[in-house]
Amino acid sequence: MQEIPISTYSSPTVVLDLIYRLKVKDVMYKDLVCANMDSTLREIQHLMKSKKITGVPIVQGKRLIGLVSMDDIIQALDKGYIEEPCKAYMSRNIIVLEDDMPISFAINYFDKFSFHRFPVLNREKELIGMITSRDITATLLVEINREIELLEKAQAKNNPPQLNNINGEIHSYNIIKHDFENAGYASTQIKKKLKTGGVATPIIRRAAIASYEMEMNIVVHSNGGQLIATYTPEKVIISAQDRGPGIKDLEKALTPGWTTANDWIRSLGFGAGMGLPNVKNVSDDFSITSGPKGTTVTCTINLHKKDEEKINES
Amino acid sequence: MKVSDLVKIEGFKTVTLNDDTQIIKNAYTGDLLSDVIANVGEDSVLITVQAHKNTIAVCSLSSMPAIIICNGRSCPDDMIKAAAENDISIFTTDDTQFGASVKIAKALNL
Repeated sequence: MQEIPISTYSSPTVVLDLIYRLKVKDVMYKDLVCANMDSTLREIQHLMKSKKITGVPIVQGKRLIGLVSMDDIIQALDKGYIEEPCKAYMSRNIIVLEDDMPISFAINYFDKFSFHRFPVLNREKELIGMITSRDITATLLVEINREIELLEKAQAKNNPPQLNNINGEIHSYNIIKHDFENAGYASTQIKKKLKTGGVATPIIRRAAIASYEMEMNIVVHSNGGQLIATYTPEKVIISAQDRGPGIKDLEKALTPGWTTANDWIRSLGFGAGMGLPNVKNVSDDFSITSGPKGTTVTCTINLHKKDEEKINES
Repeated sequence: MKVSDLVKIEGFKTVTLNDDTQIIKNAYTGDLLSDVIANVGEDSVLITVQAHKNTIAVCSLSSMPAIIICNGRSCPDDMIKAAAENDISIFTTDDTQFGASVKIAKALNL
């Protein structure tokens, strides 16, 4: 098994950049707990226990001369030499990393050798730190998050939202199963977008109803999915795509009042069996397909006024 | 009437007041949020027992400036925070939905 499951040659460019840019010294821990050659294995055992570590480097001044691991301690307890100095029993053949090496080296080392930690030396061959696979994964996670944030920002900069101009934009929102906390966010964004685009209030209202019901359907009934709004000068197409489990009986699902929601969901004011019928009612065009792998509901709302809406508004 | 006038109604207590100059012309009483969003008219106050954050989303999407939470139910913090973000005011009362509806109907001269 790979200790750090990241390929050092075929990962995405961003990750490759990171593992070559980050050096061992950026990742290693520096507050070392060391012992010297005359320390007994018993002392080292206590050191491990009190510092909660599993390997202790043995040093002479700043020079690394050996390593005592938890395995060595177990051996000593088993064979009865735990009270003796460590120098005769410590591992002397130690694989080390240099502080200027990129962490791609360290990742390869962890894969190649079965050690849990490597001592890190500087150019003067002095011991300056230790590195574990956990240090690498933690740092990588932080750095990858930062890179993704930058990528997202760059993406947003390249596609700035066009205010007052509804034209060819596609906005996609991830909706998480049972995430009542954030439910309504996507619909609110769609409403705002139409409002800034100067769309008439009754039409925005219909789009808000449709998008909210579709969003809630994903939250309440599906394994999660996406709400996608496509804006053109004539219409907005709102599409809800989820990842299952699918609707068994579409005809029933479109019947007002028919519901599969449980008591908990109903106590929150949802699951009244009005969702899909509401969406269909307010749509100018409506379609639904469903299978075990997912359901897709698509509703189109024309952005120019219908005759009756003109009358209602006057 | 204005949102700020709601607190003058006997037994109504303010939970959070945001943009209290908004005008209320009507009211809608309901606990099924799908029913509310499908049928409510604009500038309505919502009379309900649904004291949670999703009610704010429904009010925001339907342009309702205020909510009356009935039967003495209390509002969770995330709901109050969301209300402030969306310029929606919340009031509570020990009245039932019917009791609160009658009082608001009188206040609106309906």
